[in-house]
Formats: sequence, structure tokens, C-alpha cells
Amino acid sequence: MSQLEPIMQVTDLKVRFPVKEARWPWQERRWVKAVDGVSFDVYPGETLGIVGESGCGKSTLARAVLRLAPVSGGRALWLGKDLGQMSEQALWQSRHQMQMIFQDPQASLNPRMTVGDIIAEPLHTYHPELSADEVRQRVKEMMQKVGLLPNVINRYPHEFSGGQCQRIGIARALILKPRLVVCDEPVSALDVSIQAQVVNLLKQVQQEMNLALVFIAHDLSVVKHISDRVMVMYLGRVVETGLTDHLYDQPQHPYTRALLSAVPVPDPKKEREKQIELLPGDLPSPIDPPAGCAFHTRCPQATEECSQKRPELQGDEHHQVACLKVTTVTSEPNKEEVTDAETAVLN
Amino acid sequence: MSLLTVRDLQVSFDTPDGEVVAVNRLNFSVNAGETLGIVGESGSGKSQTAFSLLGLLAGNGRVSGSAQFEHQEILGLSEAAMNHIRAEQIAMIFQDPMTSLNPYMKIGQQLREVLMLHKGMSKREAHVEALKMMDAVKIPEAAKRINMYPHELSGGMRQRIMIAMALLCRPKLLIADEPTTALDVTVQAQIMTLLRELQSEFNTAIILITHDLGVVAGACDQVLVMYGGRTMEYGSTEQIFYQPSHPYTRGLLKAVPNLESRAGELNTIPGNPPNLLSLPKGCPFNPRCQESVASCFQDAPELISFTGGRQRACHLSLQAEEVA
Amino acid sequence: MKMMKHSDALEQFAEQLETGTEPEMEGRSLWQDARRRFFRNKAAVLSLITLTAMLLTILLGPWIAPFSYEDIDWDVLMDIETLGSPSLASGHWFGTDQLGRDIFARTLQGGQISLMVGILGALVAVLIGTIYGAVSGYLGGRTDSVMMRVIEILDSVPFMFMVIMLVTVFGRHIILIFIAIGAVSWLSLARIVRGLTMSLKHKEFIEAAKAGGVKTPAIIRRHIVPNVLGIVMVYSSLLVPALILFESFLSFLGLGVQEPQTSWGALIAEGASNMDVTYWQLVYPAAFLVITLFCFNFIGDGLRDALDPKDR
Repeated sequence: MSQLEPIMQVTDLKVRFPVKEARWPWQERRWVKAVDGVSFDVYPGETLGIVGESGCGKSTLARAVLRLAPVSGGRALWLGKDLGQMSEQALWQSRHQMQMIFQDPQASLNPRMTVGDIIAEPLHTYHPELSADEVRQRVKEMMQKVGLLPNVINRYPHEFSGGQCQRIGIARALILKPRLVVCDEPVSALDVSIQAQVVNLLKQVQQEMNLALVFIAHDLSVVKHISDRVMVMYLGRVVETGLTDHLYDQPQHPYTRALLSAVPVPDPKKEREKQIELLPGDLPSPIDPPAGCAFHTRCPQATEECSQKRPELQGDEHHQVACLKVTTVTSEPNKEEVTDAETAVLN
Repeated sequence: MSLLTVRDLQVSFDTPDGEVVAVNRLNFSVNAGETLGIVGESGSGKSQTAFSLLGLLAGNGRVSGSAQFEHQEILGLSEAAMNHIRAEQIAMIFQDPMTSLNPYMKIGQQLREVLMLHKGMSKREAHVEALKMMDAVKIPEAAKRINMYPHELSGGMRQRIMIAMALLCRPKLLIADEPTTALDVTVQAQIMTLLRELQSEFNTAIILITHDLGVVAGACDQVLVMYGGRTMEYGSTEQIFYQPSHPYTRGLLKAVPNLESRAGELNTIPGNPPNLLSLPKGCPFNPRCQESVASCFQDAPELISFTGGRQRACHLSLQAEEVA
Repeated sequence: MKMMKHSDALEQFAEQLETGTEPEMEGRSLWQDARRRFFRNKAAVLSLITLTAMLLTILLGPWIAPFSYEDIDWDVLMDIETLGSPSLASGHWFGTDQLGRDIFARTLQGGQISLMVGILGALVAVLIGTIYGAVSGYLGGRTDSVMMRVIEILDSVPFMFMVIMLVTVFGRHIILIFIAIGAVSWLSLARIVRGLTMSLKHKEFIEAAKAGGVKTPAIIRRHIVPNVLGIVMVYSSLLVPALILFESFLSFLGLGVQEPQTSWGALIAEGASNMDVTYWQLVYPAAFLVITLFCFNFIGDGLRDALDPKDR
């Protein structure tokens, strides 16, 4: 992994929002720590999956990385340069190569614009010198690439199904030939048969364009299919991260295990026989997250120690866990597989 | 003997762009204490099926056919009679619990009201009963939560309240329309476990409407697969999952990403979900079907029964092992 | 040979698919959808026709009217009650007022003033209100606070008092009415647009535009304004009659236009004081006013149904 330079390096990123509540001027303002010290690298051409349940901060993290949400601490380096230190103009130039795909395909398209105008907007913004014909030509090429017939260029978003709208959104994200695309739950609003189409499309364009993807989802099985590495988040923190095969084959953190066991299997016998590790209770409020390990209130293995000491991520470069109860990360399941996965990452 | 028998159910809507047939000649039955899963993608008509049974269709909707609930015809009942059935015999829970909970009323009050209205209980009796039901759906600290407003609870808790409310009058049939779609997987697991437990406790029949085949596999006895308003396949869960006979069912099962394999490419069903305004001639699935033959584009296949009470609507000939 | 042709055709078709040389399909925009829905609304269409006819009469009528709005017909002055009553023969189709001036001509002239006040006032409101509201709502934070305080201050000025002051200082003039109406009519529209903008701001397509590097002015112009325009149109079509009524009210109080110019409100005020004798002085201007108000309201209603914000 060391031969390749990461295109994005995120270190100890923090995002917090003020709690909207009635308060007197002398009362202290309370904050929601949406993202609380997250670090990761993204390498060219790889897919980093981020999983977690609603309220874990994964969508905020996505926006913070692209500076669409206010960052209150930590750094995000894009090609070695700190996005937080950049001038407006430099940040704008960097955005050229970082794009985003959104969850709700219909809501992410302006209903008053034609498909062609929607896809062309980034081009107009960054390359105003292009002629109308050139723009149209490029838009049509991109539409073909994402599986849309170019002759629908003058139609409006409401005339398309959800899956087609998501293709339009992907075309818009790819038109500038970016190096990194952040996908925020890109398939969770789609039908099963359409989900598979979109995942395959993303994989295909990733190979063609050597894209790095940050793929955020709550669906663990979709993430498994597309990611090279996976990061599991709980209440704004990373609880476990590693190469996809390691993490799914040998989940170490109790939360990861519970998540994996809860995924329904489309096989009646297996589904009925499997052991579900049901988590007791609800997600604690992110305004006052539990002290120590944030998961200790619901963890079946929690002890006194867990409520006092905050665990740090530990392990080797293939697999890291933040849990006091997991002392040794067994990350040597199968030598061959490791190298496979590694070469996949290096691509 | 079946609790609910639906024959030739047809639901259509008058829209400015023409008549839309959302549900087309649907037949199914549910036995007491059993779970029927209705599976389909958007535009398959699965939700409209549920709404039509409870007389909850939008104003421009029309329904025909028959639905016998304990030998009583419930389609076309008067609003007053339907109201009785709705609360006391058939209850429904929705995808988004917030839509059916009044945000300005405390939970306890909403629960009590149902009991006082339909069971004629006094306020005190209703309160006790409501607390009991909240315990039954495993809401911790029920005594405290009964005085909260819906927005003070998490999504999972709200769905529990909805279930409690639906079960208050001990209905014989519970229709659950995508009950866990808006929830996280761990909460989904909690709710599905709860529904299973409650079902055996109260012997309620459940119609579970969902797009998630994993949920169906875990919860259902019978499965009805719908596409474009029509039944594609109908059979026991084992039959549907282990010997899917319709190309759509097969495609759907293959398209689900699962945790066990990590294939390079996911299997897909090409094309887009059906547009009910312009369904193709013949079988509604024909534009996306990889096994279609000439007759698929001519007329819609009839639903035919074969081994083990299974039904299927497809022009393809049955395979040897299916006939046997 | 035949086989050959068939495969040729297929190839050609495939090529077409690839290069996209197939004719481009025209889409149906939400505006076109709305127009279709609007023209299905009979009351609204009928109102639109009536209003157009009314506008044409008001604009072209003075050329066909036998009298001008300011000329006094000395022949009828001796007996307004009988000679000044509406009659086709005398040329005073709607009769005359106490001074022997032709009501038909005066109603048309009054209509010009009333409609001008209504339509121009609404246009000013739309222009200022939309831009102000969109900017305030989109930028948010401190800018928003300041811009909203400005609106509140303007809104809390006692309006009637201000008009009376202006009139006493500068005398009665139509410009003053414009200034007075212009100063307040955009306030509520700006508030509405700000509210809409704030809910739009968090929509994913705005985020997508930001992620795509689109700059703030372009976001407001391309993404915010077109999406609030529907509701703005509905509101402004209801604002026109409100402003017409408002002008009438000012004129009724004697704060409106200067004689011999008139407006519907002024005419009605005059008519009301003489209605026991010369009822026609009241009936005709009032009928014009009422029909116009009805039309605008039906059109506004039709627009609201047609532009239903519930996008499909």
C-alpha cells in the first residue's frame, strides 16, 4: 500500500453542530458531536465503504470531507494539501476532482432543469469556455457511459424512474472526470433489481476511470460487494476498520458482529436458524454520548472499564478495532487472501 | 379454513392521464396464525392491495372483486361497518409510524382512546390495558413513556407503539406495510423478532408487505410475488426460495446481494420498474424478462396452479421437477 | 440476400443507439404540465378570457366612447336624474355623474389607474420580494437576521399614517400611491420566498450544485428562484386584486388620485354618496371592480391547483 500515495488523507476529523434549543445567554451551548475524530486514507482507484446505522455520522462525514459541512477539528488533505487551509478559489479548484452522488435520486435533481442541463452544469461551471455543441457532445457521451439513451437529453427528471434518475446523478458526478466520488447511500432508495444495476455501473465506471469511491451505506451486503476496505461507525466514531474480507469474515467488535448478524438472509432455513445478537435499547443521544466506549450501554461484553476508558483503534494495517475487550486482532486468516485483497487495493 | 380469502381483487385509479390498474385480478388467502408475505418492487401494487382491503383507497380509487373475512364480505362495506372491522378485526401498521400517530397527543392518550372507543373501557381500565400492551411490545419504562409525545421517541420505539396500538383490540389479522423499511438493521431485527413472538402469543395472522426478501425468508409461511399489479408467483416460502419457478422471482432472488458471496458482478434484472400508465401488451414483465417467448408479448399469462398448491403466471413450460 | 439486409438494418440500429443519432425526444417540463392543468380548469380559463376582454375594453374603450372622461356634458347638467341616466340614445351608455361627466369613459379611465396600480404594484413586489427573500433565505446567518429586521421595521411603520403624511406634504398624486404600495407590498412576499428558500436550501439538488462547484449567485438564480416561482406566481395573482382593493380603499378615503383623473375606488366613493338618486354612478364601476376581483381570484386559484408544489 505504501507505494501509492493516498489522494485523500483524513486525520482526526471532527464535526459538531450546535443544539437548537431555547437557552439563556449565560447557559452553555450544547453540541452534537456528529463526527468525533475520524481518520482514514483513500487511495486512487479503491473503494472505501463506510457502514453504520442512522445517526452514526456517516453522511455528515461524507459532507465534511468535501467541505460541504462545517469542520470543527482535524484535517483533510487532498493530494497532500490541507483543504481547511485553502483559499476559496483553491478549494473551488480542488472540488473539480471530488464529486458526490446522493441518496434520493429524484430530490438530487432540480425538477425545473432538463437532464442535459443538469449533467452539463459542472461543465458550465468549470469550463465556461466550452461551446454549446462541445458540452452537448460530452453530455451525450457521458449519458451513454452510464446507460442512458442520449436522445432523452431534453427530458425532465420527473419523467424518469428512480434508477434512471440515479444514473443521471452519476453522470453529473462523472462529467468532470473526477478522481474521487463520495456516494452517500446511492442505492438505498432503489428497488432491489435496480440496486444491483447501479452497483454494477459504479464498479464499471470505477475501473474505466480509475476512480476512488467512498461508498456510504447502511446495507452491509451492498457494501461488501463494492468495497475494498470497510469502516464501521457508531456514534461519530470508527469502531472497526479493515480489508473487506477480514472484516466480514472475522468481525471483532461486538457492534460489527451484532450488525452482521442482524442482516436478513434471503434463505428461509438459514434465516430461521441463525443466531441474532439483538442489541438492547436504543442509540444513545449524540448530544451526551456515553463516556468511555460509546457502545458500552448496549454491549453484551461491557464491563466497568468500558464506561471509563475510551478505546483507541488498534491492530495492523489490514484490520483495526476500537474495543477494550478485543486484545489481539487476528488478521491472518489466509495468507493468499490477504495478498489478493492487497493487490485488489493496489489494482 | 382460511381467515381471509381474496378473489379477483382489482384496484384501479382514475388519473388525468387515464385509468391506472394498480392491482389486477389478485387471488390469495390467509389462514389464522399464518403469515403471508407480499413481495414486489415499486409499482407492483402491493401497498394498494392492503389499502383496498381496509377501504383506505384514495378518492379516485375503485375496487372490485371479493374479500371474505370470516365469511363476511368486506369490500364495499359502509364506512361505519368498516370502521369496526378496521380496529377490531383487521389492524394495519405503516412504514412511517409518524403518519399514523398524532404528534400533538401523548402516546398514552392515543392508546387509551382506541380502547375507550372500541371496547367501551373506562379511562382507568384503558390506561392499565395500554400499559400492559406497551410491556407486551417490550417498551422499557412503559409507565414513563406513556406520557411522552411521539416525537420524543426513536423510530424503533415509535414502531413498537404502532404495533401496540394495532394489537390493542386483539385483531385477528394484522397488515404490516413495509414495517421495517425505515429502520436500521439492528432495529429491524428487534421488530421482526417482536412480531414473531406476538404472533404466537395472540395467534394473529399477518400480511407482511415488503420488498426485502431477507425479511420474507425469516417471517413468512406463504409468499405472493407481485409485478405490475399482477401475481407472478404464489406458494410456500420454501417453494418460492428454493424452487422459484417464475423468471421474475428467480431474477429477484439472484439480484439480492448477500453476505456470503462476493462475486465480481451482481446479477441484475435489466430495465426499469413498470410504469402502470403504460404497461406493455401481454405479460407486464416481458420487457425485462430474459426468457421471454413470442406468446409473452401477445397475451398476459393466466395464473395456473400446479404441485403443492403453487400458482404461477408464466408462458414458459414447467420444468420436470416442478410438475412431479 | 434478405438475411443480409436484415442484419444491415440491425447494425444500423445498433449504431444509432451508440452514436445517439436517434431524434431527440422533447421533455415535458413542469411548467408545461402546469399549463395543461391550468387550461383544464374551466373557471380559471373563463376568468382569463373575461379579464382579457376587460383589459381590452379598458385600453381601447376610450377611442370608441363618445365622450372623454373629463368633459362635462352641459346638455344633461340641468337634469342629471333623467337626462343623465344610462341610455344608448344620448351616448351616455352608463349615464353621467353629478357634474355631467360620462360614467362609461370614467369607468374605463378609472380601470386604467386601478389595474395599473394592481399589476405594477404586484410586479414590483415580485421582483423585489423574490430576490430579497431568496438572498436572505439562502445566505442565512447574520445576513438573514439583518435583512429580516429591515422587513420588520418597514412592516411596523403605521402605513395609513404614512400615506396621509405624504399626501398632506406633497398633495394628491398617483406617484405617491405607487410609492406607498411599492414600499409595503413586497414585504410579505419576501417572507414567503425566504421560507421556501430555507426549505429548498437543504434539498439534495442544492447540495449537488454546491458539490459541483456552482457559485452562490448561480445557485440562487438557477436553482432557487425557478423553484419558488410557482408559488410566487400564485401569490402575486392574488396580490393584484388586493392592491386594486387597497387603492380603492385609499381613494374611497379621499387619499387617492387627483381629479379629474379617477379610479374605481374614487368612482365608487362618489357613487355611494349619490346612490339614492343616480344609482348608476355606483353600479357600473362597482360591477367592473367586482368582476375583475373575481377573475383574479379564480385565476389565482387555478394557478395554485396547476402549480401544486407537490411535484410528481
